[in-house]
Amino acid sequence: MSDFHERASREQQPGLSRRQFLTYALGGTGAFMASLVAVPFVVETFDPIRRGGANAFVNSGHKVSEFNKTLPQLVEFRAHRDDGWNSADIPSRAWVILQEDGSPLAMSPICTHLGCQVNGTLGPDGKPEPSQDGQWWFHCPCHGSKYTVYGIQSPGSPAPRPLDVHKVKVDEAGYLYLGPLQQRNSAGQVIS
Amino acid sequence: MLKKAYDWIDERLNVTPLWRDVADHDVPAHVNPAIKMSAFVYCFGGLTFLVITTQILSGMFLAMYYTPDITNAWYSVKYITDEVLLGNVVRGMHFWGASLVIIMMFLHMLRVFFTGAYKKPREMNWVVGVLIFFVVLGFGFTGYLLPWDQKAYWATAVGAQLAGSIPWIGPYIQTLLLGSHTVGALTLTRFFAIHVFFLPAALLVLLALHFIMIRAQHIAGPL
Repeated sequence: MSDFHERASREQQPGLSRRQFLTYALGGTGAFMASLVAVPFVVETFDPIRRGGANAFVNSGHKVSEFNKTLPQLVEFRAHRDDGWNSADIPSRAWVILQEDGSPLAMSPICTHLGCQVNGTLGPDGKPEPSQDGQWWFHCPCHGSKYTVYGIQSPGSPAPRPLDVHKVKVDEAGYLYLGPLQQRNSAGQVIS
Repeated sequence: MLKKAYDWIDERLNVTPLWRDVADHDVPAHVNPAIKMSAFVYCFGGLTFLVITTQILSGMFLAMYYTPDITNAWYSVKYITDEVLLGNVVRGMHFWGASLVIIMMFLHMLRVFFTGAYKKPREMNWVVGVLIFFVVLGFGFTGYLLPWDQKAYWATAVGAQLAGSIPWIGPYIQTLLLGSHTVGALTLTRFFAIHVFFLPAALLVLLALHFIMIRAQHIAGPL
């Protein structure tokens, strides 16, 4: 009984008891040592987060002056891709048209609906020619998405947004460089 | 807060006896360094287990970036070392830890030997300990090949020839070990599978036996 009262009165004393202090000290030291082991694992696991997407610009091999404001031209280039310890130059395509202000618009041929390759309107000689389908110049063979020469989808298309566009640069000699892809909203403005 | 969560679970599942049974023991006076400093030699078994635990953890995290293929293995190891954030630290833990396991295990074995703890009734636990020793050596041998550099390749080539020098059955053992007639792609996949699947399974079973027997027989008495 007296032992109980003694302990009860000790527990009412302010501050830490010896037992609590030792528990915290040991627990804190243990947690510190465990975290020394665990932190490198967590950091290593989250390494992919700090890696951006492909940011390199590649020379398309064409000068801006080769393109026009009426119809897109097909450009074949090799996009560099770093994938872990592998790196490769992936054969890629883009449709390039000049906008009203003369700046190049390089569109990905990947349909924004489910990822098929859209077709431009080409003549028998494989050269771009005006569309037979009103303003719709790109047609997706899979689900019939239609796009204008600027890659804006038709209202009835299953495609949710315009064709993605490459970031572009032009060097002193006038060559067009293609960079990472960006999405656009339905007004054709780059959103990301 | 934590206490409340614990009490909530404990009230429903009665977990306290479970961990009490595993963790809550008096340390005998003759193995307690707080009483007699020289009793630290009794720590080596626990230290071996601690290092093995970190080996398993660091190995799991290395496996996220490693690939056991002769054209890519070395590049993936280089990627871990040079590119992945703190990847060289995780690889370093696994690399140095591997030697540390062997050192700790050997010290533990010396302690058991010189305190006579292997004697009746603990002979079976000594046998299990020796099996663990072989499994850990197997980890070292198979893990050494995985970076697929010159050192790895030739160490395995020599090791395979040692196995091949056994009379009569040596060549068969060598071929089975390498998965092929020379050290190559099949050796790498085979050693990888042994290193990350077969040996860990064997090790966990043996460690469980080791610990269950200690619990059943208690720590050997003082000298």
